[in-house]
Amino acid sequence: MADWGAIEADPDFIALLKAKAGFVAPATAFFVVYYFALPIGVGWFPGMMETKVLGDVNLAYLFALSQFFMAWILAFMYVAVAAGWDRRAAAVIAKFQGGGAQ
Amino acid sequence: MIAAAAAEPVSHTALWMFLAFVAATLVITYFSARKSTGASAYFAAGRRITGWQNGLAVAGDYMSAASFLGIAGMIAFNGYDGFMYSVGFLVAYLTVLFIVAEPLRNAGKYTMADVLAYRLKPRPVRAAASLSTLTVSVFYMIAQMVGAGTLVRQLLPGVSYEVAVIGVGVLMVVYVVFGGMLATTWVQIIKAILLMSGSIFLSILVLKRFDFDLAKFFTSLTAIASTGANGEVVTRNFLTPGLLFKNPWDQISLGMALVFGTAGLPHILIRFYTVPDAKTARSSVVWAMIIIGLFYIMTTFFGFGAASLLGPDYIKAHGGTNMAAPELAHVLGGEVFFAFISAVAFATILAVVAGLTISASTSFAHDFFTNVIHHGREHRPGEEVKVARITAFVVGAAAIVIAIVLGPEVNVAFLVGLAFAVAASANLPVIVFSIFWKRFTTTGAVCGLLVGLASSILLILVSPDFMKDAWFPLKNPAIISIPLGFLGAFLGTFLTREPSAEALFAELKVRANTGLGAEKASPH
Repeated sequence: MADWGAIEADPDFIALLKAKAGFVAPATAFFVVYYFALPIGVGWFPGMMETKVLGDVNLAYLFALSQFFMAWILAFMYVAVAAGWDRRAAAVIAKFQGGGAQ
Repeated sequence: MIAAAAAEPVSHTALWMFLAFVAATLVITYFSARKSTGASAYFAAGRRITGWQNGLAVAGDYMSAASFLGIAGMIAFNGYDGFMYSVGFLVAYLTVLFIVAEPLRNAGKYTMADVLAYRLKPRPVRAAASLSTLTVSVFYMIAQMVGAGTLVRQLLPGVSYEVAVIGVGVLMVVYVVFGGMLATTWVQIIKAILLMSGSIFLSILVLKRFDFDLAKFFTSLTAIASTGANGEVVTRNFLTPGLLFKNPWDQISLGMALVFGTAGLPHILIRFYTVPDAKTARSSVVWAMIIIGLFYIMTTFFGFGAASLLGPDYIKAHGGTNMAAPELAHVLGGEVFFAFISAVAFATILAVVAGLTISASTSFAHDFFTNVIHHGREHRPGEEVKVARITAFVVGAAAIVIAIVLGPEVNVAFLVGLAFAVAASANLPVIVFSIFWKRFTTTGAVCGLLVGLASSILLILVSPDFMKDAWFPLKNPAIISIPLGFLGAFLGTFLTREPSAEALFAELKVRANTGLGAEKASPH
C-alpha cells in the first residue's frame, strides 16, 4: 500500500487541502447565512418582506426564489474549481506511485 | 355517493396506468436480478451508474409523495408559507455536495458506517450507526406507507387502505429482494422522469390559463377567497408570509433539520456508492440539484395555481389538502391527465420506499450482521447478500403490519420530520468529525450517534404533535438536538484518547481527498 504518512506530509497535498478549505469553508458559511436569512426575515421582519418589488410579487417570494439560483450558482462554482483539485490530486498520487511507493 | 359513481372511469384509467408502471418496473427487476450477482452488484449496482443516471435516481429517491402532494396542498391552502418548505429541500444539497458525497465515496464501501469504522473500533461504531440508520429508514418508510394507503383510497375509490399498503409493501420487497440496488436505481430514475414530466405539463396547463403572462398569474394570487372555520368567507393575499406558520422558531428548527439532515439520510448517502468514483458522485449531486430545484420551483405553479384556479374550498370538497395537485390535473387536463398524475404519485411512493428498504437491509447485513456479529468476515460466500435479502423481506413485512395497525387516520407528518432530525443530529455530527477531526474517538462516535438519536426522539415525544400542553414548544427538535449530537460526539472524544484512530487519520485524509485506494467499479 501507499505510504499514507508521506503523502499527508507532501507540500502539494497540504496545498491542495488548503485550496479546498479555502473554497468550501466560506461557501458553506455563505449558504448557511443566506438560507437562514429567509426564515429570519419572514419571521421577524414580515413588514419588510411584504414590500412589493415586481408588480404584485413581493420581496419574500423573490428572496425564496433567489435561494434556488444561489444553490445552483454555488454548485456550478464548486464543480468548476473541483476540476482543478482533481488534477492536483492526480499529480500528487502520480508522484508517489511513480516513486515506487506502491 | 354520486361523486364515487362519476369517479369510476377515472379510477380505471388510473389503475391501468399504475399497472403499466408496475409491469415496467417488474421487467427491470427481472433483468436486474440476472445481473445482481455478488455483493458489489447487489448493494452498489456494480458502481457503474453514470452521473446523470445517479442524479435522477437521487432525485427519485428524495422527492417523496409528501413533497409532491403535501407541498402542493400546503401552498394551495396557505400560500407562501408552503413554498418555504420547497426552498430547504434544495439548499440541503449544498451540504451533501460540499461536505459528504466525495469523502464518503472515496473512503467507504456500502454504507455510511464504513467511513466511521475506517479508523474507529468497528463493532461499537457500526452497531450504533446501524441502529440510527434503521430508525431513520423505518420511521420514514412507515410515514410513506400510511401516506400511500390514504392516498390510494382517494385516488382509487375501489381499493381499500389495507390492500394499498400490502401492495406497496410487496412491490418494494420484490424490487429489493430480487433486483437489489440496480432495480431500485431504475425504479427511481423512471419515477423521477415521470414526476418531472407530470409537473412540467401541469405547470404549462396552469400558465396557459393565464395566457403565459406571469404578472397576471401572480396578480391572481393576491386575492384568494376561502371559507374559514366559522363559515365566514375571507380573502387573503397568498403571497403574504405568515398565513400558516405563527412561530418563526419552528421555521428555523425545521430548516436546520432539512439543511443538515439530508446529508445524513442513509438512503441518499448509499446512492453515492453506485457510481464509479468521487468525481461522478459530485456530478450526480449537481444533476440531482438541477432536477430537484426545477421541481420545487414548479410547486409555485401547481401549488399557487391550485389556490388560484380551484380555490381552497373546492379542494376541501374534493378530497382535501393532499388532492390539490391531482384535482388541478383533473380540472385542467381531464380524466386521463388526472389518472396520469395519480399514477405518478404511486410511482413516487414506490421509488422512495424501495430506496429506504435497500438502505435498511444493507445496513443490517453489512454493518450489523457481517461486521458486528461475525467480526467482519463472511462465514460462507454470498452470506451478506443473503442476509440483506432476508432483512428486506422482514423490514417490508414489519412496515406493512405497522402501517395497517396504525391505520389511515394516524398523523404521520411528524415521522418525516423526525427522520430528518435524527439524520441531522445523530449521523451528520459523526460523519463530519470522522472526516475532519484527527482526535475523534470511538466513544465520541457512539456518544454522538446515541445522544443525537435519543434527544430527537425524546423531544418529539414532548412536542406539540404528541402532547396537549407540550413541554417542548417546537414541532421539529433539530435546533436543540443537532447541537446536542455535536456536543455528545465532542464530549465523548474529549474524555477519551484513541491513538490507533489518530494513527489512521493520515490514511483516511489521503483516501478521502485523492480517491487513492477507493472501491472500483466492477468490470463488465
